[in-house]
Amino acid sequence: MSTRITYREAVREALREALAADPRVFLMGEDVGRYGGCFAVSKGLLEEFGEERIRDTPLAESGFVGAGIGAALGGMRPIVEIMTGNFSLLALDQIINTAATLCHMSGGQFHVPLVIRMGTGAGRQLAAQHSHSFEGWYAHVPGIRIAVPATIDDARGMLRAALASPDPVLIFEPISLYNMEGEVTEAASAVRLEGAAIRRPGRDLSVITSGASLWKCLEAADALASEGVEAEVIDLRMLRPLDDAMLLESLARTHRALVVDEGWRSVGLAAEVGMRLVEQGFYELDAPVARVCTAEVPIPYPRHLEEAALPSAPVIAEAARRLVGHAK
Amino acid sequence: MRRSRLHTPKPHARPGETPDFSYLELSPAGVAPRPDINVRVRDINGLAYELIRVLDDEHRAVGPWNPHLDPSELQVGLRHMMLTRAFDDRMQRMQRSGKISFYMRSLGEEAVAVAQCMALRPTDMLFPAYRQQGLYVVRGRPLVDLMCQLLSNTRDMCKGRQLPVMYHWREGNIFSISGNLTTQFPQAVGWAMAAAIKGQDDIAASWIGEGSSAEADFHHAMLFASVYRAPVILNVVNNQWAISTFQGFAGGEHRSFAARGPGFGMAGLRVDGNDFLAVYAATQWAAERARMGAGATIMELVTYRAAAHSTSDDPSRYRPKDDYDRWPLGDPVERLKNHLIAIGEWSEDRHAALAAELDEHVTQSWRQAVTYGTLTEPPRLDPHLMFADVFKHMPEHLKKQEAQLHAELAGE
Ligand SMILES: Cc1ncc(C[n+]2csc(CCOP(=O)(O)OP(=O)(O)O)c2C)c(N)n1
Repeated sequence: MSTRITYREAVREALREALAADPRVFLMGEDVGRYGGCFAVSKGLLEEFGEERIRDTPLAESGFVGAGIGAALGGMRPIVEIMTGNFSLLALDQIINTAATLCHMSGGQFHVPLVIRMGTGAGRQLAAQHSHSFEGWYAHVPGIRIAVPATIDDARGMLRAALASPDPVLIFEPISLYNMEGEVTEAASAVRLEGAAIRRPGRDLSVITSGASLWKCLEAADALASEGVEAEVIDLRMLRPLDDAMLLESLARTHRALVVDEGWRSVGLAAEVGMRLVEQGFYELDAPVARVCTAEVPIPYPRHLEEAALPSAPVIAEAARRLVGHAK
Repeated sequence: MRRSRLHTPKPHARPGETPDFSYLELSPAGVAPRPDINVRVRDINGLAYELIRVLDDEHRAVGPWNPHLDPSELQVGLRHMMLTRAFDDRMQRMQRSGKISFYMRSLGEEAVAVAQCMALRPTDMLFPAYRQQGLYVVRGRPLVDLMCQLLSNTRDMCKGRQLPVMYHWREGNIFSISGNLTTQFPQAVGWAMAAAIKGQDDIAASWIGEGSSAEADFHHAMLFASVYRAPVILNVVNNQWAISTFQGFAGGEHRSFAARGPGFGMAGLRVDGNDFLAVYAATQWAAERARMGAGATIMELVTYRAAAHSTSDDPSRYRPKDDYDRWPLGDPVERLKNHLIAIGEWSEDRHAALAAELDEHVTQSWRQAVTYGTLTEPPRLDPHLMFADVFKHMPEHLKKQEAQLHAELAGE
């Protein structure tokens, strides 16, 4: 059976299920209670589960992430919500210096089964300090798993998988997808915290992406299909660990790759993915690996500037055309 | 058997319940003593708990904190508060009609920015949060300029790089408002340290909401301000709410935010934030103290966020509808107006005439602002502008990206 819900509802359902299934699970963050979270994800959960399990916190990101680590060490299964990726920067010391290293540096004695969820990315006219995409940046760090649900099924299923992980998991929810509607399918109950997914098969080039950019790539693929170019669109899903095997398998079929990332171009996720393809798939390549990323500026505020800064379907399609030698 | 239990702070009332503000522990007007400017911190701990008030229930100015301002100055203060409110009201409506995307009002707490700014010198450096638009009104920034920022049009001071209300004004000595809470607090301390190092007698003042005092930057600012005795006033605007989070979550249950001062060895004043005269007098005291090298002050301004947090918020979800009606410290505009009437320096007629004049001023300003473009109507900001100012001088890679964007836009 399948149902049509929004991405936001899918995450809420996942939270509800997790809270109901395990008394050790609780949600904490700024305005998650009465307010229902700044993107209304936890709306209604306070009434259902009470203040002890849906905990409003003081406005102190490093405080509640640190407390989340402590509670995880103390045997709970905290889910910490940070309003947006930009605010998670206040908690970097806790996330990177501690959560990510603790298992290793304690000689395997302590591990941190903590889940941190946060909004990420642009597209809602919130300007630079609320719109950046840091998931690629976090993926640089060993010791944390980085999940980016781009589909309704992943929004619904990734949290369960994350809570089952003995390692800290960061889930990045693209804020421009919260209102997206779609079906929850059977696959949602089997979601795993590893592996990329082919969202559209194709033979002419591999378009590799993640998060909100997936939908722009699919739109570009539709446009290309009408011109006879079949793009294979791959959703990375997990940025750490990255699924090299699937990328290389796709490359072996298409021999061309375009990487699309809402992060900035220099020293970013796209560079890493591209390098892996070159490193391991050099002899499969019929053309240099190409990429489309966000302009290297703080994300602007008005819509037309925000759109100009971000990867867009037409720009992705044009890059794909150049790659297959069909440039307009 | 006894076991530990976690405490969850509870607001005084939730939707449907009767507001009860007894938790505020108010002192009557005129009772708080006014110490010497260079008093030792340990001798004024009480001022961090009492409430400094000047205007009493009969609209008289009483007690040692009465700043004895000339009525003409009070009229100026009233005008600034009323203009701030008229501007806020209109911008709220403009958001509702889709002309701007987002707005934040300072309704009910106008006395904070207005009285404090009037008590400071124009050369003092201000580091506000997003709810002190009154600073811009007092320092005389034309409303048109603020509106152009809200519209993000071709005359937007931020060139399309900031959310609405996050203004800045270098010439007016007002620092950029940050979308990330509390960052301005330690920065204000640093600015004040620089002023002292350079031997200037300008001071810095900064503002945050009480919710923001939970961030680490608050504590860092307190520490640096007290350790170096920097010439700075650190203001915590306790308007009771941080979006839906009640002030108890920031540590305000049975404790004052001003009392954070003595713990750091810093003067702490708890002030009736809706009492124009008290806010003015306390700021004057703290400013003089800072200027003469006696150190920093933390001021808690007790007030109430009468409006929603922002245009994206609906307070009926978390607080009683009649909360503000029962707020015991009243409305700052009404209180100053009533005082001026009581001393024979104002009237209902003059008040109504002024309100109409200010309203017209807002209308004219808006008319002018939209000629520079709106979110939907040209002229619009040139997309290429986004590549400027990332660095002082544009590096090669950005020149390339700019050229690429140029080609993309031309190809569309
Ligand atoms: C570091 C950071 N965390 C969270 C937010 C989201 N946020 C914006 S305003 C706000 C509430 C602030 O409340 P308070 O400091 O009391 O000021 P008030 O709005 O009441 O004036 C929150 C949580 C933010 N902007 N920055």
